[in-house]
Amino acid sequence: MSGGKQVGIVLVSHSGPVAESVAELARGLAAGGATAPVAAAGGTPAGGLGTSAELIAEAARSVDGGAGVAILVDLGSAVLTVKTMLAEGDELPDGSRLVDAPFLEGAVAAVVTASAGGDIAAVEAAASEAHEYHKV
Amino acid sequence: MLDADFFHRWMTAAADSVDREANHLTELDSAIGDADHGSNLHRGFAAVRAALDKEPPQTPGAVLMLAGRQLIATVGGASGPLYGTLLRRTGKALGDAPRVARQQLAEALGVGVAAVAQMGGAQAGDKTMLDALLPAAEALGTSFGAAREAADAGALATVPMLARKGRASYLGERSIGHQDPGATSSALLITALAETDGASGGDA
Repeated sequence: MSGGKQVGIVLVSHSGPVAESVAELARGLAAGGATAPVAAAGGTPAGGLGTSAELIAEAARSVDGGAGVAILVDLGSAVLTVKTMLAEGDELPDGSRLVDAPFLEGAVAAVVTASAGGDIAAVEAAASEAHEYHKV
Repeated sequence: MLDADFFHRWMTAAADSVDREANHLTELDSAIGDADHGSNLHRGFAAVRAALDKEPPQTPGAVLMLAGRQLIATVGGASGPLYGTLLRRTGKALGDAPRVARQQLAEALGVGVAAVAQMGGAQAGDKTMLDALLPAAEALGTSFGAAREAADAGALATVPMLARKGRASYLGERSIGHQDPGATSSALLITALAETDGASGGDA
């Protein structure tokens, strides 16, 4: 538990609509009422496909309540951009971490866990466990 | 010895080269990637040029760190964090010395290239920018010209390779026979370095 503060979740995709839709799905599946803060950072500021450090930093600041920020990513440049931002610089709030998880399944698990008051370690563990969810 | 102005001219030469070669880089990227390498680097190096011209940093290390930050912020593809890491780590390794020798730059570039390898999880032979950068950093210990030749040879050597990283790796054997766009742009960066040295009157 994290003393009443909820962990923030950032969803980084190459596509704005994908990030927004996964955020909406995760919120919808997490609860009927209020959920932990979730922000989408998809595509480029111009609306194209790609990854934007600026949008990621903005999204992380917007969901940071002091309990940590779990960042889930899709592919390639999304992974590398977040890794680079964490490795150097001060663009991300303290307590931000890149979570190794499948994007959609991990997002649902992370938002459910954060909304229930789980701390950043619990949110990360829940999202990563989505790797074990096999469909056949 | 190489001063901040030399590094500024290097980055400007790289931006000019990316302007000229943007279409070629995108063509290479159409074959095995997502056809955005030229336009992404074009946008990134335009931001580098603007930032350096607006407030020219006073040391070689600061020039590279500012350039790296711009690439991370503006490129939008995997080459942004990778080239950003290359320039920032190289700049950091140069410290705050007002002038550096070629040998120091060679060592610092080696640190930057190692950081790229760690960040991307790639190694020599994976058909990535490392195939141009690793031999170039090594050869820069000998001369600027040797670094340029090593980078060009390294980029050409990616043609028969099987891609093991990034989007091209999904193509499997179909990635064979195409020159890697990242190795090609890396060779442009090293060529710009050698040309900057040539324009300033020879090996420093």
